Amino acid sequence: MYVYDEHDRKIAAERVAQFRDQTERALAGELSEEEFLPLRLQNGLYVQRVAPMLRICVPYGMLRSEQLRRLARITRDYDKGYAHVTTRTNIQLNWPRIEDVPDILGELAEVEMHANQTSGNCIRNTTTDQFSGVQKDELADPRPYCEIIRQWSTFHPEFAFLPRKFKIAVNASEHTDRAAIQVHDIGLQMVRNEQGELGFRVHVGGGLGRTPMVGPTIREFLPELDLLTYLEAVVRVYNRYGRRDNKFKARIKILVKALSPATFAEKVEAEWQQIKDSPTRLTNEEINRVKAYFTEPAYDALEDATDLLSQQRFENREFDRWLTHNVAEHKKPGYAIVTLTLKKTGTPPGDVTDRQLEQIADLADEYSFGEARATHEQNMVLADVRQDRLFELWEAITGMGFATANLNTLTDMICCPGGDYCALANAKSLPVADAIQRQFDDLDYLYDLGPIDLNISGCMNACGHHHVGHIGILGVDKKGAEFYQVSLGGSSQHDANIGKILGPSFAREAMPNVVSKIIDVFVENRTEEETFLDTYRRVGLNPFKERVYA
Amino acid sequence: MPDVIAADGTIRNDNWVVVARPAEGDSLDIPEGQPALIPADLWLAGYEHFTGRADIGVWFDSHDEPELLQGKVNELPLIAVNFPRFVDGRGYSIGRLLRERFGYAGEMRAIGDVLLDQLQFMKRCGFDSYVLRADKDITKAARCLNFFSETYQAAVDNDVPLFRRRAS
Repeated sequence: MYVYDEHDRKIAAERVAQFRDQTERALAGELSEEEFLPLRLQNGLYVQRVAPMLRICVPYGMLRSEQLRRLARITRDYDKGYAHVTTRTNIQLNWPRIEDVPDILGELAEVEMHANQTSGNCIRNTTTDQFSGVQKDELADPRPYCEIIRQWSTFHPEFAFLPRKFKIAVNASEHTDRAAIQVHDIGLQMVRNEQGELGFRVHVGGGLGRTPMVGPTIREFLPELDLLTYLEAVVRVYNRYGRRDNKFKARIKILVKALSPATFAEKVEAEWQQIKDSPTRLTNEEINRVKAYFTEPAYDALEDATDLLSQQRFENREFDRWLTHNVAEHKKPGYAIVTLTLKKTGTPPGDVTDRQLEQIADLADEYSFGEARATHEQNMVLADVRQDRLFELWEAITGMGFATANLNTLTDMICCPGGDYCALANAKSLPVADAIQRQFDDLDYLYDLGPIDLNISGCMNACGHHHVGHIGILGVDKKGAEFYQVSLGGSSQHDANIGKILGPSFAREAMPNVVSKIIDVFVENRTEEETFLDTYRRVGLNPFKERVYA
Repeated sequence: MPDVIAADGTIRNDNWVVVARPAEGDSLDIPEGQPALIPADLWLAGYEHFTGRADIGVWFDSHDEPELLQGKVNELPLIAVNFPRFVDGRGYSIGRLLRERFGYAGEMRAIGDVLLDQLQFMKRCGFDSYVLRADKDITKAARCLNFFSETYQAAVDNDVPLFRRRAS
């Protein structure tokens, strides 16, 4: 993965010194609350319901073992000994002291980490597929492009005060979209043109929140060298013409919709024509320089360990389940991609303790070339595990709480921290997740149900991506009481769409039963090959509605 | 008479005044014997009268389009851009366009809700003078302009991005 050179180190150190100075001025009363707000947000610091929250950036989800160990130490020294993996693959601390934040940022900078632009009305952490570089069907590794975007967007002087936050995601797989690019402000899908040249299809104006939208394509093919100039044109048009009078209408999706995607695309094209040959135009040399950090690790020449794994599956049913659900195919023979699930019932989805962070670091060193990855579904990945060591790894992680074999099932849910932690939330989300996990505790039943994305957000900001869950749950406030609205049929894949609201909202206690009824309708109606989403698309909303509100 | 911060952080004093947009039906009230910044569209409306004058400059508000003065910017001794609220980032784009697209070579001033921590961005976007909001400590301007000695992306202050400098 990317390693800082002297320039990156200098910028990181200067950033820490700057924020130390800003924090001192804020604590001395020289900056008002309102003036300090964007400065601290762009350094990841929120002031939350019960305590401050620090969102540490994990660029496109990649972590080295030394970084995991440092994160563990920070959660121990400055927090309560646990952290939370977010839906933008970042890591949040829930209880730091404001005056400690400059020191925390200093500790992070020592291991080439930071909290830059993890919040605020600026360009946020660029995300991608957690299987980048190790899956079979990608056109190119998207991570070098993510790193190039990271550097371009870091402290961009023109775009530090956009109308609203701005999120970019890159996907390179033709068949899957684990980065959910079509619900991003800019979604970049790697494609090849007829001449075989590499580039991007550009989606702009997708998003969740109050006005969920699937991002329309504004350019079918953007050559890779034009990536940064084109991004600059898009964000400039947004900075100039995006609405600033109403926070809820300030995202780029509202501008794209108001102008129409075609007119927006014309405006971008006109702007881009002016800057496309500027020095910001990428060079092959730069792309190759960054790509050199993402070359393959020293894989052993192996063959697939098919017989061994069959034998081990046969002898151990638990291992068999785990292998089926939590282990994915790797592009190299003899290797596998392992997802460490952070979805054990009784633990908030995505939470990890300091000890677990260290365990993941040790596992990364022992089994996966010292690297791990955070996922937007709030799990962790060891991307390069030898197949002949999977059984040994599985035995090791079973006692650590990472082997819950529920990946992609109903209980592998995405869930924001909700009203237990977040000042913005209308309702708690964690107790709902917990109650549903307890209701559906039979793994064989979960497997029988097949892949189901259940996503929970505690408010309209949609950090839990409820709009694109096959089943989405949204916390709402009704006259001071917490209620939950259910939507069905969302998807964040290539066939992205926004779920439809089922009807009036429910009290928290009712939620496990509501989900049970929805599942019953699916089970009664499905054909043999159908997933939940297939059945929903065939039968529509009504059968679910009739049962749930009967 | 405002204290004006230069791009190197030094402080000087000058007597340019910002003339507010007159209410509908009123005429522009330019003070006698003092250099004045007037709304850009009104300068254009009185072009014959104003062009070439060393004591008349213009100011753009954040929603104004700098394209308005395309081809004429270098007839102006001073252009100011108003930041009505510090979180309104449109002025940064206006600054870059005036410099990079329309080739403005004269002094460009940030006015309005100008705070210490925005100065670095203004400088990078081509502003070379700043009128800090009156309640802020002007002695800290030099430090806040210079937190960073290196930047990743190209802007007005350095049109070569780091990746091209790394390569050389």
